[in-house]
Amino acid sequence: MLTYTIRRFLLALLTIWAISVLAFAIIQLPPGDYVTAYIAQLASSGVDVTPEFAENLRQQYGLDSPIWVQYLKWMEQISRGNFGRSLEWRAPVLDMIGDRLWLTMAVSVSAVLFTWGLALPIGIYSAVRQYSIADYIFTFIGFIGLAVPSFLLALILLYLGFRYFDANIGGLFSPEYQLADWSLGKVWDLIKHLPLPAIILGMAGTAQLIRIMRANLLDELRKPYVITARAKGMSEFRLILKYPVRAALNPFVSTLGYLFPFIISGSIIVALVLSLPTIGPLLLRSLVAQDIFLAGTIVLFLGIMTVFGTFISDILLMWVDPRIRFERRE
Amino acid sequence: MAGGMLCRPYNRPVKGEMYAMNCAPILSVNNLKTYFFTDEGAVRAVDGASFAVHPGKTLGIVGESGCGKSVTALSILRIVDDPGRIVEGEIMFRRADGGEPVDLAKLDAKGGEIRAIRGGEIALVFQEPMTSFSPHYTIGNQIVETIQLHQDVGKAEARTRTIELLRMVGIPRPERRIDEYPFELSGGLRQRVMIAMALSCNPRILIADEPTTALDVTTQAQILDLLREIQERTQMSVIIITHDMGVIAEMADDVIVMYLGRVVESGPVDEIFHRPQHPYTQALLRSIPSIFAEPRTKLPTIAGSIPHPHNRPAGCPFHPRCADFMPGKCDRHEPQLRPVSASQMASCFLYHEPAEAPQQS
Repeated sequence: MLTYTIRRFLLALLTIWAISVLAFAIIQLPPGDYVTAYIAQLASSGVDVTPEFAENLRQQYGLDSPIWVQYLKWMEQISRGNFGRSLEWRAPVLDMIGDRLWLTMAVSVSAVLFTWGLALPIGIYSAVRQYSIADYIFTFIGFIGLAVPSFLLALILLYLGFRYFDANIGGLFSPEYQLADWSLGKVWDLIKHLPLPAIILGMAGTAQLIRIMRANLLDELRKPYVITARAKGMSEFRLILKYPVRAALNPFVSTLGYLFPFIISGSIIVALVLSLPTIGPLLLRSLVAQDIFLAGTIVLFLGIMTVFGTFISDILLMWVDPRIRFERRE
Repeated sequence: MAGGMLCRPYNRPVKGEMYAMNCAPILSVNNLKTYFFTDEGAVRAVDGASFAVHPGKTLGIVGESGCGKSVTALSILRIVDDPGRIVEGEIMFRRADGGEPVDLAKLDAKGGEIRAIRGGEIALVFQEPMTSFSPHYTIGNQIVETIQLHQDVGKAEARTRTIELLRMVGIPRPERRIDEYPFELSGGLRQRVMIAMALSCNPRILIADEPTTALDVTTQAQILDLLREIQERTQMSVIIITHDMGVIAEMADDVIVMYLGRVVESGPVDEIFHRPQHPYTQALLRSIPSIFAEPRTKLPTIAGSIPHPHNRPAGCPFHPRCADFMPGKCDRHEPQLRPVSASQMASCFLYHEPAEAPQQS
């Protein structure tokens, strides 16, 4: 098991390297570069730009050297902990991302917790009491939750909050904490603001997860080992939680890896609507502006999170399902 | 001599006949009907089965697939899955405390009393040792759990008992095997573990549902030997469900033959094998391959196949396949299980006349 873990870890490093190449390639894909975008912006605001000025800019930013040289330079900087400067904001990329990364994590984790906390019990109930009235109601609500785009839900909630409670429910902080330094009060303020974005972001996932859990558990409930457990005289409640539910959890654990990046990239629109200070809007902006170092770093981080998430879910899976543990020991 | 010659093994009393006290059945099933209510209509999986199980004796239930053998076993434990339901009949069980017999068919299927009996007093061994264990827990975990469900013992003691049980059923190095997962064991070993788990609470009845079907022949013999040996030691009653006449011959004291949810013949094993009365039993016995048979002759089979459950023939359910079919009688009237000799019963019009009213169905 240890060798397996180590091998997985080395593979993860390799994957991360491949992602860095891809991330760099992707942000180079659109025609033109940051200077083209910058000049277009200047031109639209009426400033005349000479070709020499553009050439100067390119040299200054190192955009004139071949792509692979740019990549190597970028990697060299990263290996020294320097992720470069945002061309647009003229600030170190890390400073730009810093707080936003942690806030994004906070929002994502609370969305995942909300999703699991709601979806698992409901899914279990729906499967055990299949075709009961409650099952139909949950199914109905679930499909609605799946069908409503989360940004629309965000807009509706914003409107309702503004109209009836006269409160701006967007953002993650109250105005007085917006620019304040971190303190216990600020953390508490954050915690108070977290539920709403968590619910909005988690809604579609919850609906989906209810369906998955229900289907998985329905499969497991018909397995002979459930009858064996019943024939032992176990109570139905304990039996279901111990045997079929544990088996039905497998697919959840294995999708854990994609969950985080999905919530980050899928939340861009919601984050814009709710003006959440998360990574999503920043990524969007940097891609539009072709701000290569900022965009590259974010894409790289997303990739690393995916790989890391998958690595963790692999380890968890071995813990949850002994069959995998033994298959991989060889 | 096979059991049941001295006293009638079947619970339907014949007038004037007395039961000896020690012959009182531990379990007696009367007119059990378990139906499955599907969208296409009710499937009568068990349709009026009656039989009795005696202390320390083995009852064999034999019949083709789909005749209701397994559903009968599940009905006794009250673990018939939806949409199945016991619609009629009683399952009288004498509990270990020696009180009045309880009717298992009337108990709440999720209640405490039936759960104390399930696994505690009546244990089940399944056909499929591969899938009957959860792959997520060690075999030790699953046996210890059974012990702790029914007996007030600590974890350490339950574990010691589990190791003893594993040793008793012939598992080598039980103190290591106890921490292994089901998929690490061979089919034969797994069936032994299954038996160990069933025995863990000293049940008074062990129901073995096709316990050897999924195993290869050598292993089959070992498992049957093991069951017999344990029965001799513990004096428990065994219900062995099989489609294999060979298993019946080896294991059973008494036999009931089921067809389409009904008992068509019952009696001591010797009588069933040497003097089968019902045409279905006779046909079953003819279809056993024999080493004395002429080489390269075709094995006799039973004509036709089991009718679709929704399309059950009127009258005697076996009449379309029966060699002794009597038109006007077998397809109009439903035969009842009646004595045909001192110890044997059959439900066939060869031995008794139909009751006056023709059966409408």
